[in-house]
Amino acid sequence: MPSDMQHVNQRHAERRLAGEGAPRLPAGLAAAALAGPAKAPVETGVWAESTIDPDRFAALLKAVAAKRDRAAFATLFDHFAPRVKAYLIRLRTEPAVAEELMQEVMLTVWRRADGYDPTRAGVATWIFTIARNRRIDTARRDRRPELDPSDPALTPEPSPLADAVVLAGEWEQRIASAIGELPPEQAQMLRLAYFEDRSHSDIAALLHLPMGTVKSRLRLAIGRLRSKFENVP
Amino acid sequence: MKPTHHLSDEWLIDYAAGAAPEPVSVLVATHLALCPDCRASYRRLEAIGGALLEVASPVAVGAAARESVLARLDDPVPIPAAMPTPPANFPSQLPRPLRDYVPNGLAALSWQRLGRGAAIAWLRCASTTPYKMLMLRIAAGGSVPRHTHRGNELVLVLQGAYVDHLGRFGPGDVAIADDSIDHRPIADKGEDCFCLAVVDAPIRFTGVFSRLLNPLLRR
Ligand SMILES: [Zn+2]
Repeated sequence: MPSDMQHVNQRHAERRLAGEGAPRLPAGLAAAALAGPAKAPVETGVWAESTIDPDRFAALLKAVAAKRDRAAFATLFDHFAPRVKAYLIRLRTEPAVAEELMQEVMLTVWRRADGYDPTRAGVATWIFTIARNRRIDTARRDRRPELDPSDPALTPEPSPLADAVVLAGEWEQRIASAIGELPPEQAQMLRLAYFEDRSHSDIAALLHLPMGTVKSRLRLAIGRLRSKFENVP
Repeated sequence: MKPTHHLSDEWLIDYAAGAAPEPVSVLVATHLALCPDCRASYRRLEAIGGALLEVASPVAVGAAARESVLARLDDPVPIPAAMPTPPANFPSQLPRPLRDYVPNGLAALSWQRLGRGAAIAWLRCASTTPYKMLMLRIAAGGSVPRHTHRGNELVLVLQGAYVDHLGRFGPGDVAIADDSIDHRPIADKGEDCFCLAVVDAPIRFTGVFSRLLNPLLRR
């Protein structure tokens, strides 16, 4: 279809532009690196202080699931809706469409609250996955097959990962506070992957970096963050 | 039985972040279904998405949008589409993420011979990326002609096993090859080996006779 082609070409053009405009950031500005190039069609991002309170969010979501608690949902909405909207806009979703999609994401939160498993993911992570999948459904031709936890073909876990699993909400909090401490070139990799829809090969092309450099930066970033959730007392 | 050859972080990140093209998503999700170790890593990578969402500076949501959501909480919930039943023939254990792409079973795919011991069948997907997805069948004891790659190649074993200079690859194992690798996988004698492969550039066969096969793969 011509319109799709146009869309694709436009995306490529944007990628090239972004590549040329990729800023060199002074060291120590991890937060600024995460906020993206100044050209991004969004608010000039200052990254907010993390306000995750995993227990509180999980309790609110549980109240939504168990009691259809509207006040609890409204509290979750007020916290997460502006973040979901920010995420969608970052990913080059038209603001009007972003507001529409954000509403669908938050309605899904309400409807699927009983499917939330606090041992697998923190609340922000769970909402992130809903927003991610909803955006892919809408914005891309690509489908995204999901892992189905009830798939009989699933190779079972050898044993419950007791220590790791219980702390799923805790990870989020630790990662959120550690992200700001990443070296800028590592934080940039995560921003491009999670908030700009770039695969690691896209990132290499965009920044004119060898694939090996992109891989090692990603792995270093993950390694640093991993140490945050593995050294749980 | 747990896999021993895993996906590396960058592929799991692509999928966790939502940036993986469809064929890569299919392969990663299928490996995750077969690999508890990578599932554990993957959950942590999704948590990075949650953490980034948390620290993203919020964009104001209009009062109308808020009211609209709160007013729709009691709307009837759309019924999700029923899961298609898995194909009756082999492989009964085809993981869920792959099933839609092989709706009528492996036998119904249009297989193209690749030398004497192997065959491939392209799998359709809507993606417009350079990545292509195919099933590879290596007959028991047979081999894929020697070849090199001009890009990424990911191979996930679904049934049976093969051996090449990198080692032995059984069910759930992933082999990640790039243009530096020239290899000739040989299947175990016991059973046919079925693999899901994702390539981002045509594979090039390097053996004297198998060069003749190259046009077959140019798609
Ligand atoms: Zn694995």
